[in-house]
Amino acid sequence: MEIVERLLAGDRRAAARLMSLIENDTSQAPRLMAALYSHTGHAHIVGVTGSPGTGKSTLVSELTKKIRAQGEKVGIVAVDPTSPFSGGALLGDRIRMQELSTDEGVFIRSMATRGSLGGLARATGDVVKVLDALGQDLIFIETVGAGQSEVEIARAAHTVVVVVAPGLGDEIQAIKAGLFEIADLFVVNKADREGAEGAVATLNYLLDMNQAEGERWRPPILKMVAIRGEGVEAVVDALKGHRGYLKKSGQLELRNRERSEEEVKRIIEEALWGRLLSRLEEGEWERMMLRIADRELDPYAAAEKLLESWGDLGKEG
Amino acid sequence: MAERKVRILIAKPGLDGHDRGAKVVARALRDAGLEVIYTGLRQTPEMIAETALQEDVDLVGLSILSGAHMTLFPRILKLLQEKGLGDIPVLAGGIIPDEDIPVLREMGIAGVFGPGTSTQEIAEFINQTLKRA
Ligand code: B12
Ligand SMILES: Nc1nc2c(ncn2[C@@H]2O[C@H](COP(=O)(O)OP(=O)(O)O)[C@@H](O)[C@H]2O)c(=O)[nH]1
Ligand SMILES: [Mg+2]
Repeated sequence: MEIVERLLAGDRRAAARLMSLIENDTSQAPRLMAALYSHTGHAHIVGVTGSPGTGKSTLVSELTKKIRAQGEKVGIVAVDPTSPFSGGALLGDRIRMQELSTDEGVFIRSMATRGSLGGLARATGDVVKVLDALGQDLIFIETVGAGQSEVEIARAAHTVVVVVAPGLGDEIQAIKAGLFEIADLFVVNKADREGAEGAVATLNYLLDMNQAEGERWRPPILKMVAIRGEGVEAVVDALKGHRGYLKKSGQLELRNRERSEEEVKRIIEEALWGRLLSRLEEGEWERMMLRIADRELDPYAAAEKLLESWGDLGKEG
Repeated sequence: MAERKVRILIAKPGLDGHDRGAKVVARALRDAGLEVIYTGLRQTPEMIAETALQEDVDLVGLSILSGAHMTLFPRILKLLQEKGLGDIPVLAGGIIPDEDIPVLREMGIAGVFGPGTSTQEIAEFINQTLKRA
């Protein structure tokens, strides 16, 4: 496939076009992934999550500058929410990444969630694969950070950075949103503000309470002032440290395998669902849903009836 | 099946600090259903062209009130061309004297919108432009 060959040769325009193809039409993904999947698996994928305004974009920009100075190539996927009212989106993470936009070793892509709820877009994982195949060594995924369940990032990334900022009550928010379990690293950003020490202490206390027996990786808690580039080096070191831990402990393989499992499951689910719907007659689904609403039919009986069209697969084993 | 969305880059070239208009247009286009990539102030022509490439946008919108459009726009258009993005429609808005408009159109700017333009008008123009493309 010509476009994939151009991508593999390092053509950035081909990379950008491929991302759009995947994002706009999922039916293209199978043949494209067939051509590029074997060229992925090299990159260290780092998720960055935390409430809006904690400084995620600023921090990703600073970390990227440092990593570039060490000679590695960086990819960034920045996800922002799609408006449920208009279907449009304002993608503004690049405002904080301006210095990176003309560095040939950096590729940034803004994505809208397009209705996905887990803090990422549906196609984010595949866009990351395009960056991986382009040869980026480290790929950041900045999530929406809407405080909703963002556990999807744990599946998409090798290393998850949870960013909090003092004074926002973010530490508590992090636990509520289920971010505590998925953090491999905490960054207390805006350490130039009052309350940073307190946030570190709270996180430490919470880690003591929550750390499971025998777990070998205790998430470091690092302070940063992203707008001044302070504390960047320690965070970059911690990212590398975590990558090293994943490799040595066998966790890397495990996480990669879990991700593949989830991916295959999701693909099967979507495919089966699509095929099921395509076999229905015009309006059949709507009529059935109305009958359920009117209590003429119960949901289990409806499902059973729909599964009948699947032959053996639809029968309970 | 995911749907196709129109993606537009709204950029402010040069040292111009007037960003109200760009933000108004960015929000209005989001509300019209577009995906708007807004990159903030002080963009060089190189930044704008490279961002258009990476984001694979369908349109580029330039907002400028400083008066430097006659020097900046040709450079942006040239860089887009060099990157193989010459067929992306480029729109402009801000403070642009009437006598410059025909020159800019000649240069390849698809449309110019001054103060007081309604955002519906801009959204409508974008729809028409993409339909023709
Ligand atoms: C508000 C304002 C300021 C504010 C800016 C605040 C901000 N963050 O934006 C402040 C006070 C900071 C300011 C400062 C200056 N300003 Co001033 N400012 C204005 C003023 C009064 C209004 C601009 C505005 O916000 N309009 C409201 C928005 C919504 O309208 P708009 O930007 O025109 O956008 C509309 C359209 O143009 C179009 N549009 C705009 N962008 C785009 C993009 C696309 C893609 C599309 C399709 C459409 C589009 O759609 C929008 C909606 O209709 C204008 C005068 C005027 N009447 O325009 C002067 C004006 C722009 N300023 C001017 C000047 C000279 C300055 C200063 C240099 C010094 C000074 N004399 O005050 C500084 C420079 C600042 C800097 N760093 O660049 C001059 C520029 C002269 C020129 N170009 O030849 C103007 C024209 C005043 C004048 N008549 O002299 N300014
Ligand atoms: N005081 C202070 N402000 C910061 C710091 N880092 C980022 N900010 C500011 O916080 C705001 C939000 O930053 P941004 O990176 O967009 O946050 P995001 O929404 O999490 O991506 C911006 O105004 C930044 O300039 C910091 O270390 N200290
Ligand atoms: Mg951000």
